[in-house]
Amino acid sequence: MADLLTVRDLTVSRGGMAVLEGVNFTLASGAALILRGPNGIGKTTLLRTIAGLQPPVAGTVSAPAGLAYAAHADGLKGALTVRENLTFWARLHGTAGIAPALTRMNLDALADRPAATLSAGQKRRLGLARLLVTGAALWVMDEPTVSLDADSVALFGQVVRDHLAGGGGALIATHIDPGLAAGTLDLSPFRARIRRLDGFDEAFG
Amino acid sequence: MIALLLRDLRLAVRAGGGFGLGLVFFLIVVTLVPFGVGPEGGVLARIAPGILWLGALLACLLSLDRIFALDQEDGSLDLLATAPIPMEAVVAIKALAHWLTTGLPLTIAAPVLAVLLHLPQGAYGWLVLSLLVGTPALSVLGTFGAALTVGLRRGGLLLSLLVLPLYVPTLIFGAELVRRGAEGRTVEVPLLMLAGITAATIALMPFASAAAIRMNLRQT
Repeated sequence: MADLLTVRDLTVSRGGMAVLEGVNFTLASGAALILRGPNGIGKTTLLRTIAGLQPPVAGTVSAPAGLAYAAHADGLKGALTVRENLTFWARLHGTAGIAPALTRMNLDALADRPAATLSAGQKRRLGLARLLVTGAALWVMDEPTVSLDADSVALFGQVVRDHLAGGGGALIATHIDPGLAAGTLDLSPFRARIRRLDGFDEAFG
Repeated sequence: MIALLLRDLRLAVRAGGGFGLGLVFFLIVVTLVPFGVGPEGGVLARIAPGILWLGALLACLLSLDRIFALDQEDGSLDLLATAPIPMEAVVAIKALAHWLTTGLPLTIAAPVLAVLLHLPQGAYGWLVLSLLVGTPALSVLGTFGAALTVGLRRGGLLLSLLVLPLYVPTLIFGAELVRRGAEGRTVEVPLLMLAGITAATIALMPFASAAAIRMNLRQT
């Protein structure tokens, strides 16, 4: 299978400090990789770098152009309904038809509720439904199972398995196993030696 | 891109979106002036162009900090940045949405409020034209200020301090256009200068705003 994501000798930084260095891995299409490591090791920073939100300090990331990133925050607008929120992301990514995504994430009954009235777990399900409507091959997810109940975690696991079966890939930072037959990458060996990065630019970070 | 515009417009008119706040602020500023200056028609007519433009400018400033701050708080700015749409387009659409919800209503309301300030008869058309041509620059420059201060807590005051000096040329030529119109003099020079400033800011500022957003998204 072709490689969907290749990360070579990657060093990422947060707050002007390198947090991870020399990270190497590849992700083939149809495969998932779970990132593990203690709090603060730099999982989020690594995912943000791979998603293109910040430049790597060193090394390269070759990711497909249209990847779907799911962060801690779901990016929902409380004043819009579930359907409006999802339709917006679908149209932004140039896909049509949000009905399958609503059904898959068990949101049909909530479709016309304003997102502000959803519970934390329901908001998270809507945030994950957004991944389905992006049509992106690579899903980069940061703690996707936070505030989900057991049934929803199972639902999420099934959605990711179907995505992989369709040739997609998933990179997941999580402490809970969502029931995937996925490889695991422990980030602890890549912890950077504490050193401050030189350069004027960092002062503006 | 149309989807983003429609979303921002819809959010602005929904509850808590802040649509109309700027308009009401404009109304209050303009109605307060006769109380402060006195009801004498001659004085009011002379300062009317400046007051109307100043009021529009301050009303415009009110809603600037919402442009990116709300998207940043709920995480949608990160998601927009990873969506297959260039950041330059995102900031341009945001500026357009801001103008449609702030600058355009101000332009439409201004002639009504100008009556309160005894603006001379012949100047109404020029007032509307000057605001129509000038306020897009206010939205585009304001979007740049909002992009610079997006990551900052309580960045609203800093945003005003950054943006107000950039508004000076638009204010000068906008008010000058109305003043000349009121006196029946030729208006070509201020009109062309105003249009030039707006055209230049629309062409250039989205790139600066997008660069500022990218810088603020970095956690380094």
